[in-house]
Amino acid sequence: MIGSPHVVSERNSVRLVMAKVMAALVPATLAHAWFFGPGIWVSLLLCLLFGLFFEAFALGMRGYPLKPFLTDGSVLLTGWLLALSLPTLAPWWLYAVGMLFAVLVAKHLYGGLGQNLFNPAMVGYAVLIISFPTHMTQWPAPGDLAIHVPGLAEAFDLVFAGQGSISPDAYTSATPLDSLRTQLLNGKTAAEAMTQPPFGYFGGKGGEMVAVMVLLGGVLMLMNGVITWRIPAAFLGGIALTALVMQLIDPTRQAGPLFHLFSGAAMLGAFFIATDPVSASTTPRGQLIYGGLAGMLTVLIRVFGGYPDGVAFSVLLLNMAVPLIDTYTQPRVFGASAPRRPRV
Amino acid sequence: MGAREQRPGAGGRRLHAFNGGVHPEEHKSVSTSRPIQPLPLLPRYVVPMRQHIGNPAAPLVQVGDKVLKGQMIGLPEGAISVAVHAPTSGTVLAVGHRPVTHPSGLPDICVEIEADGEDRAVAMAPVDWRAMEPGALRAHLRDMGLAGLGGAVFPSHVKLDPGKERKIHTLILNGAECEPWITCDDLTMRHHAAEILAGAAVMRHALGCETVLVGIEDNKPEAQAAMRAAAEHAGYPVEVVAVPTRYPGGGGKQLAYTLTGLATPSGGLTTDVGVQVFNVGTAYALHRAVALGEPMLSRIVTVTGHVARPGNYEVRIGTPIADLLAQAGGELPEATGLIIGGPMMGFDLPETAAPVVKAVNCVIVKDRLLFPPPPAPLPCIRCGACARACPADLQPFEMYWYAKAKDLGKAQAYSLFDCIECGCCGYVCPSHIPLVGYYRFAKSEIWAREQEKAAADAARARHEFRDFRQEREKREKAEKFAAKAKETLAATTATAEPGEDPEAARKKAILAAAMEKARQAKEGVQPKNIDKLTAAQQKEIEEIEARRARAVEEKGTP
Ligand code: SF4
Ligand code: SF4
Repeated sequence: MIGSPHVVSERNSVRLVMAKVMAALVPATLAHAWFFGPGIWVSLLLCLLFGLFFEAFALGMRGYPLKPFLTDGSVLLTGWLLALSLPTLAPWWLYAVGMLFAVLVAKHLYGGLGQNLFNPAMVGYAVLIISFPTHMTQWPAPGDLAIHVPGLAEAFDLVFAGQGSISPDAYTSATPLDSLRTQLLNGKTAAEAMTQPPFGYFGGKGGEMVAVMVLLGGVLMLMNGVITWRIPAAFLGGIALTALVMQLIDPTRQAGPLFHLFSGAAMLGAFFIATDPVSASTTPRGQLIYGGLAGMLTVLIRVFGGYPDGVAFSVLLLNMAVPLIDTYTQPRVFGASAPRRPRV
Repeated sequence: MGAREQRPGAGGRRLHAFNGGVHPEEHKSVSTSRPIQPLPLLPRYVVPMRQHIGNPAAPLVQVGDKVLKGQMIGLPEGAISVAVHAPTSGTVLAVGHRPVTHPSGLPDICVEIEADGEDRAVAMAPVDWRAMEPGALRAHLRDMGLAGLGGAVFPSHVKLDPGKERKIHTLILNGAECEPWITCDDLTMRHHAAEILAGAAVMRHALGCETVLVGIEDNKPEAQAAMRAAAEHAGYPVEVVAVPTRYPGGGGKQLAYTLTGLATPSGGLTTDVGVQVFNVGTAYALHRAVALGEPMLSRIVTVTGHVARPGNYEVRIGTPIADLLAQAGGELPEATGLIIGGPMMGFDLPETAAPVVKAVNCVIVKDRLLFPPPPAPLPCIRCGACARACPADLQPFEMYWYAKAKDLGKAQAYSLFDCIECGCCGYVCPSHIPLVGYYRFAKSEIWAREQEKAAADAARARHEFRDFRQEREKREKAEKFAAKAKETLAATTATAEPGEDPEAARKKAILAAAMEKARQAKEGVQPKNIDKLTAAQQKEIEEIEARRARAVEEKGTP
C-alpha cells in the first residue's frame, strides 16, 4: 500500500537539484575558459568521465542498480566541482586520482549517496595537494599574462602526453595567493605585493572574474531556492570578518577582506562546496556556525598554514564537526518552550 | 522563529504565519460546479459502531429488529464515545464484522440494515439549549452522535467541556479546508452559512467564550462571502477571516496560530491556550441536532477525481462507498483506486463495500495521470527541504534516519510525537522517500513497546508478589523451625538426650536469614530504575503519558 501523501511535488527530485547546481556553474566555467584558455574543457571532461567510471564501478561492486544512481547527477557535480578546483593542463592521472578518492573513498566507502561525512570533491582535492604539491601549484596563467595560451588540441596533448615541446613556464604562473605568500616572505608589504602582475582589481587577475561568475551562479541558486542563504552568507561573512580583523592588526602584511573573498576557491566554497547538503550542517543556527567557522578557518589557513588555499581543509574540518554542531543547535519545535536538548 | 508575522488579513486582523507548509495543486474546481446533491434511498446500509475517537458504541439491536430512521442503534460507552443511529427505517440484517473505512483495513463491528423504503423517522424535537444545564446539553449532543466532521471525529460534547481550569476565550470555526481536492466544507459554507453560525452560537454558549472567528483559506471567495453575509445576522459578533492558502493551514493548531498568534504547547491541545477549534460541518450538524433534534444521520462528502459526475453529495452514514460512486456516475475507465480523505493525509481504500462513516469527507478516484505511482526512493541527501516544509518545525530527516535504523528512542528524542503526519515532508522530498510511513511505523512500534512494557511490569509485579509470599512462608517456617531448634537445643543441653544435631538447625536458620537478606537486597535494586528518576525524567514520562492520551485526538485533524 502506498501511504500518504499520495502526491509528490513535481518540482523536486535529486536529479533536478543537481542539474540546477550544475547549471549555476556554467557562467563560472565559461569565464574560466575565457580567462585561462580552453584547458578547463579537458579537465572537466576527464573529471566527469572518471567520476562516472568510478561510480559505476562502486555501484557494481556493491550490487546497486546503475541507472538511478548514475543518473542522479551527484557524481557529475562532484566531478565538476573538482575540475574547477584543480589546475587545468595537469597530467590526466591527477584528475583520475582525485576522482578516485572523491568517489570511491569519500563517497562509497562511507555508504554512497547521502552517507558521506566529507565533501567528496574536497577529499579529492586534499589528497592531491598533499600527495602532488608541485602539480597542484602549476596553475595556468590568465591569458594576458601568459606567454602562450594552449589551444584545445594542445591542451589534450599536454594532459595526455606530458609537457612536450612547450615549457610550463610559458603558460603557468604563480597564483595570487602563492605570489602574496612569497612576496611577504621576501619582506614586501601586502600593498606592494598586490601591485604585481598576478593581481587584478580586487583579487587575482582572471580569477576574480571567475569568482564573480561563481557569485552570480550562487545568487541564481539562492533565488531559485536550491540553496538557502545561511551557509554562504556565514561563510563569506566569516572570511570577511577574519580578514578584516587580521588587516586591522597587521595592515602592512595582510591583504584584506576583498582580496580573500575573491581569490582562491572562496566563492566556490561559499556557494557550491560548503553548501553540499550531505556533509553540511542542517539546522538553521548550525548552518550559521558551520559556515562562519569554515570561512574563518579558510583565512587562518591561508595566512598561517603551509598550503596555498584553505577552503578544502576548512570545509573538511567543519564537516567533521557537523554531528556535534547539529546536536547542539536543534530548532525549537512548534509550541515547545525551549529548543530540543541533546541526550547523551 | 515561528513568530513571523504576515500582512493583515481582510478586516485588519493581524495574521501569523506558521513555518513551513506547501502548496500542492488544488484541483478544487473539479467538484465545486454542482450544488450539494442528496443521494436517493438505498436498499442497504452498513453502520459501524466505531466511527469516532474513543470507545465504540455498543450495539442496541439484534438481527430481525425493526428500526426507524434516527433510532439509536449504538449506545455510547464511557466518557469518550457517542451514539450511532439508523440512517433509515428497516430491518436489522446482521450485527457483525464488516469491512470498514479505516486505514487499518481491518473489519469492525457493524449493524447492517435493510431499508424498507418508507424512511419513517423517530419523533425528533428541538431542544432549548439556552435553558439547558451544560451537562444536559452535552448529554444531548452525545446522544445525537455528534463527532467532529473535519476528519478527527472527536466527540463534540467532550470538546465543549474543556474543564474548569481551562478558560476558553476564542472559538474558531475551521473552514480552511487546506487539503487539495476536498470541497465539502466549501459547499457547506456556501449553502448553509446561517445554520453553521447558529450551531456556533450553541458552541459559544457552551464554552462561555466571547470571540468567534471563522478561518477560510483565500481560495474560497464564495464561501467567505456567504459566511460574511450570514455573520451580519448571526446575533453575536463573528469575524470571518481569509487566511493564506497553504497546506496544512487547516490543521487545528496551525489555524489557531494563524488567527491568534497563540502557539499550542508541544504535546498539548489548543484549549491550553484558550482556543477551541471546530470544523464548520460540525457546527452545521450541531445546529441540526439542537434546532431539529436530528441525530447525525448524514454528512456532505466530496466525490472527485477520475469519476463521471464529481461533486458534493449529502450521504447517509452507512452508505457503501460503491453505491456512492455509482450515484456519482461511476469510476471512469482506467481508474487506479480510491483515496479516502485528501491526497496529503488520506488513505487507500481497497474495499468499496466499506461504508461512509462520519470521518469520510472525501472520496478521490485515482488514475495514472493525476496520481502517478511514486518515483523509486533514493537515499536521503540531507537537503533539509523536509525541515523547511515541516509546520511543526521538526527535522524530519533525522527522525527518518532513526526510524529506519529502528533506533526508536532517538527518533522520539527528535520529537517524533510532535509530528502531525501532514505529509509536507514527503511531498517536497527530492529523494521521494515515503517519510510519513516511517513515522507511523515508529510511532506504532513505540506504542506497542510501551504496552508490552506495561504488561511486563504488571506481570513482574505479580511475580514479585508471589516470590514475596513464598519467601514469607519460608521465613515463617524457618523461624518456627529455629524456635523449635532452640527448644530442642535447650532440651538437649539440659537432658543430653541424643536428638537432632543442634548445630545443623542453627546453620539452617542462619542460611534462611542470609537468603532473606539477599532477597531484600535484590528487591532493593529492582525498583531503582523507576524510583530514582530525576525531576526532568519524571516530567518527561508524564509528558509522554499525556501525549499518548492526546495523540488520539490530534490524529487527522487537518
Ligand atoms: S527532503 Fe528528503 S532528501 Fe531532503 S533531507 Fe528531507 S528526507 Fe532527506
Ligand atoms: S509529516 Fe510530520 S515531520 Fe513531516 S512535515 Fe508533517 S509534521 Fe513535519
